[in-house]
Amino acid sequence: MNFYSIKAIYNFEMARWWRTVAQSILSPVISTTLYFVVFGSAIGSRITEIDGISYGSFIVPGLVMLAVLTESISNASFGIYFPRFTGNIYELLSAPISYIEILLGYVGAATTKSIILGIMILTTAGFFVPLEIRHPIVMLFFLILTSLTFCMFGFIIGIWADGFEKLQIIPALIITPLTFLGGSFYTINMLPVFWQKVSLFNPVVYLISGFRWSFYEKADVSLKLSLIVIFVFLLACIVLIRWIFKTGYRLKS
Amino acid sequence: MSTILSINNLTKVYSSNFKALNNINLQIHRGEIFALLGPNGAGKTTLINIICGIVNPTEGEVLVDGYNIIKDFRKTRSLIGLVPQELVAEAFETVWHTVNFSRGLFGKATDHAYIEKVIKQLSLWDKKDNKMMTLSGGMKRRVMIAKALSHKPKVLFLDEPTAGVDVSLRQDMWKQVRDLQKSGVTIILTTHYIEEAEEMADRIGVINKGEIIVTESKNELMKKLGRKQLILDLRSSLSSIPASLSKWALELNNDKLIYTYDTAKEEFCIPELLASIASAGITFKDIHTKQSSLEEIFIKLVKTS
Ligand SMILES: Nc1ncnc2c1ncn2[C@@H]1O[C@H](COP(=O)(O)OP(=O)(O)O)[C@@H](O)[C@H]1O
Ligand SMILES: [Mg+2]
Repeated sequence: MNFYSIKAIYNFEMARWWRTVAQSILSPVISTTLYFVVFGSAIGSRITEIDGISYGSFIVPGLVMLAVLTESISNASFGIYFPRFTGNIYELLSAPISYIEILLGYVGAATTKSIILGIMILTTAGFFVPLEIRHPIVMLFFLILTSLTFCMFGFIIGIWADGFEKLQIIPALIITPLTFLGGSFYTINMLPVFWQKVSLFNPVVYLISGFRWSFYEKADVSLKLSLIVIFVFLLACIVLIRWIFKTGYRLKS
Repeated sequence: MSTILSINNLTKVYSSNFKALNNINLQIHRGEIFALLGPNGAGKTTLINIICGIVNPTEGEVLVDGYNIIKDFRKTRSLIGLVPQELVAEAFETVWHTVNFSRGLFGKATDHAYIEKVIKQLSLWDKKDNKMMTLSGGMKRRVMIAKALSHKPKVLFLDEPTAGVDVSLRQDMWKQVRDLQKSGVTIILTTHYIEEAEEMADRIGVINKGEIIVTESKNELMKKLGRKQLILDLRSSLSSIPASLSKWALELNNDKLIYTYDTAKEEFCIPELLASIASAGITFKDIHTKQSSLEEIFIKLVKTS
């Protein structure tokens, strides 16, 4: 392992983030605040409790996941796409480092950012609703695992994309709808039976459900199933990245 | 003379099925400046990129200081510094950060004193806190050299180092490259400017259409392939060349008699020619010779290959 190299990439990515920290942290925090104002207070006050939890509290885990998923993907994909775009990738490819080390540097930094962001949003939420986390360790575990998995996914997108449009298409066209329909703002069993069945094909349902369980011990699907789904997705990302590195797909001609 | 870089039967076929390199064999001597000379599209960048790990070879083997670029890539890549052809830069980074980053990326512990020395050598010290996007092309190129030197490589590749650099600044860069050579670094540069190769190189390799046509020390190359002209300024003009001189392919140009010859083949003919001219009764006031430049040699080589 070449720790200096991993550290160099990691620090570089963190420094880049730090320069635009206002933008990277503030905008998700502001949009979360808006969700609380609109859904938590204005509309939420007219919604009865869900599973015995006030609506404002109910949406906290979903909102954290919404922000973490989107930011993980955009951060990690941008991190590796940018040097490809500028041509600076030459330096990465000519350095005495293995692909694993490149991955650790980029995905490590992106995951750190996502975790910090998740905690910031939780803290913001704490200003609006009383926070209750019954299983903080499980909560952290879900936060870290989800960040890591989606940063890997973002890394793949950053290697696949050959233009800035493609970089945004997956988050905008797939992740945001899946998250909104994944039970951020409602429980699956509030839906008609048919749509309940459809929702079970949405992987984000499992993430939010598991995450929400760590707060309130209430879940749409079992905790075990949630964990299995994340691990399967993580495994799929690892397999894909291994293939990318083995073939040099879009990295080496 | 020991070999620092050994390229054996190297072939590259791009996925488009284009054969960019065809069975390249090349040995680079430790401590020399080697110029890879060839027209655009000859395969110079492809060759360098394979050695540095940016492009995958299709066939063949490359050894850097005895280590295989694929099997021992950590070893070979830490011996190599690369200044690529394209000017690329992280626009928002400062010179200082970007050079220090390169050192870390190449697996070396932070060494501010050394980085300071490199940046000063390249006359960039007063720019060290400037963002990359505020620098001129020539300065960016020097930052890229500093990045390439940040981990103290033994071999430095300069891919068209003076493309887009002002003529006045080229001299500075050449001097800096020579200083590097003195410090023990082997330098391989590519260029399509003949004058650059002529000015800088100890040895020259000419590459065309993915093949190395010739590898030779610069002086040897000029001697072997150089055409020399012997020019006689005649006292009085001739209307035609006398028949007694017909065995020499002479040219008559007003009051100049010109003899063009290959230095390699006809070295010993000159006294005989001069004797024949004297016996034909031709007198001349002056005599001088002209040697073809590397440029003419190059054009000749590329045309015939
Ligand atoms: N990635 C690539 N895919 C296909 N062909 C390429 C690629 N890169 C370079 N080539 C082709 O290979 C040839 C050699 O290119 P290059 O090595 O850049 O030449 P040079 O540096 O001598 O100008 C050119 O004809 C170029 O078009
Ligand atoms: Mg080139």
